[in-house]
Amino acid sequence: MIRLGVPSKGRLMEQCFDWFAARGVRLSRAGSDREYAGRVDGAENVALVLLSAGEIPRELMAGRIHLGVTGTDLIREKLAGWRSHVEELAPMGFGHADLILAVPACWSDCDSLDDFATIARDFRAEHGFRLRIATKYHRLVRAWLSAEEVADYQLVDSQGATEGTVANLTAEAIADITSSGETLRANHLKIIGEEPLLRSQATLLRSLSAGDETEVRDFVARIGL
Amino acid sequence: MSKREKQAIGQQILAAFRAAGAQEVAPDILLEAETLLDLYGEDIRARAYVTQDPIRGEMMLRPDFTVPVVQMHMANGAEPARYCYLGEVFRKQDHGETRPEHPRDNEYLQAGFELFARDPEADAEVFALFHDILAPLNLQASMGDMDLLMDAVRALPLSGARRAALLHHIWRPRRFARLLARFATPAEARSFPESGAPWTGLRSPAEMQARIDRLRGDAAEAPLAPQWVERLERLFAIGAPAPEALRQLRELVAEIPDIAEAVDRLERNLAALAARGIDVGAVHFDASHGRHTMEYYDGMTFSFAAAGHEDWPPVASGGRYDALAAVLGQAQGRSIPAVGGIIRPGLVHELGGQILGKAA
Repeated sequence: MIRLGVPSKGRLMEQCFDWFAARGVRLSRAGSDREYAGRVDGAENVALVLLSAGEIPRELMAGRIHLGVTGTDLIREKLAGWRSHVEELAPMGFGHADLILAVPACWSDCDSLDDFATIARDFRAEHGFRLRIATKYHRLVRAWLSAEEVADYQLVDSQGATEGTVANLTAEAIADITSSGETLRANHLKIIGEEPLLRSQATLLRSLSAGDETEVRDFVARIGL
Repeated sequence: MSKREKQAIGQQILAAFRAAGAQEVAPDILLEAETLLDLYGEDIRARAYVTQDPIRGEMMLRPDFTVPVVQMHMANGAEPARYCYLGEVFRKQDHGETRPEHPRDNEYLQAGFELFARDPEADAEVFALFHDILAPLNLQASMGDMDLLMDAVRALPLSGARRAALLHHIWRPRRFARLLARFATPAEARSFPESGAPWTGLRSPAEMQARIDRLRGDAAEAPLAPQWVERLERLFAIGAPAPEALRQLRELVAEIPDIAEAVDRLERNLAALAARGIDVGAVHFDASHGRHTMEYYDGMTFSFAAAGHEDWPPVASGGRYDALAAVLGQAQGRSIPAVGGIIRPGLVHELGGQILGKAA
């Protein structure tokens, strides 16, 4: 029996169900909407496991699920050395979101990361502490800024309502996932840089440690991958 | 590999440091994160283990000894002072995309020596001490001088703001190169259209205005003449046996007179090393050596690397860190030049453990 992990809530779950349905496998919740057990029709030997999208990387790494659906962002943030633990089988074409760096829209002198690096340096000299970037994507943001050779900043943890931290004076900039940018605009923030740190979307992944490789291969072939 | 054997090698090194006049110190393993974060920046979080104390706040497992030793000295040390230590440091590795087959140790021994003195021979004393202890291992000794590079940058005919920007980013090679290229081309006048968005955040309108004024002033600056860029690139690229590097530097002094003092100092340092019996022809001088080390080194830097183990960190490394010592001494109103370094007993052990040629 192979175990397929799928996000347990909302639009992401429905889009997952649609994606598999279009490939001949019908996933559904067993019983009521509140129950986190699932049904699989159209494939034998597959069990559906409904999980929080944020836990799917960990479950894949541990080999407790054979296949799983989650965002590229979560895989790269949560699994150090992710290529050694999971294989990306297919981008699924939904759940698109970009990890971006945003600063106050009123900073008319800040259009690029070079501007940002200079502003960070000035800020530190003026305020005596490093410019704060609020984020929950610590590893991704740190690795990116290090590769871009930006110094003079610090990360502060923000697990939600990150866009509000600038107005609340607990951060000067934010690094977060955005799809439409509306929340950013509503909080008077703007994205800097041409390219986002990461373009994320829902992805079907295979655990490299869960075993049962023949059965996994058969199922993957069955959905046309 | 046995911890006891590494510990024994560390003790041998420590004995050599003590014989060189150092007092042994034992800094704490748990250090206040704030000081380290302020000095090293966010990158340290990717390398050091951070933990939480309900009363003391964020703490770090000692990622290196330099900071606590300097703090200890500034709090109660007489001068000149020599300190030595042996103990674990803790470094985590962030693997990026692929997990390495053989992850490096995340806990390993360092044996170190730090010298606080106004003695012009301090660089030579520390380098020679490390050189002699490690002599039987036939390591490749390399040396650099950050002050030489910084003097050359300070000599550029640029505005103060441009010079300060280059000096700040000297440890970040690509950002430095981009800045230099930008300063060498005619500045484009930039416009700063008001966004219409309400002001938000701690950075004030006055701070932004100050930067805009600076950028407008900068746009009026003449581009840096290409020969200056070329001179700087030639200086940064010097890498040769020390006597040959010194000859090349002497030639460059004609074009960048402001490095004369640093070149004289290098000559004195090499003479002092030769007087201590070191074959300076076997020491590789790499002008950019310090750009690849810790950001706090601002004078001589050195490393001893094992040939055939290019994937290893250096067996020993160190340098001068006057600015760091000044920053950490601020609270006590103290400042003293400082130079020091560390040896990794674990790597010495892997190379067979035979050390202490002359020093023994």
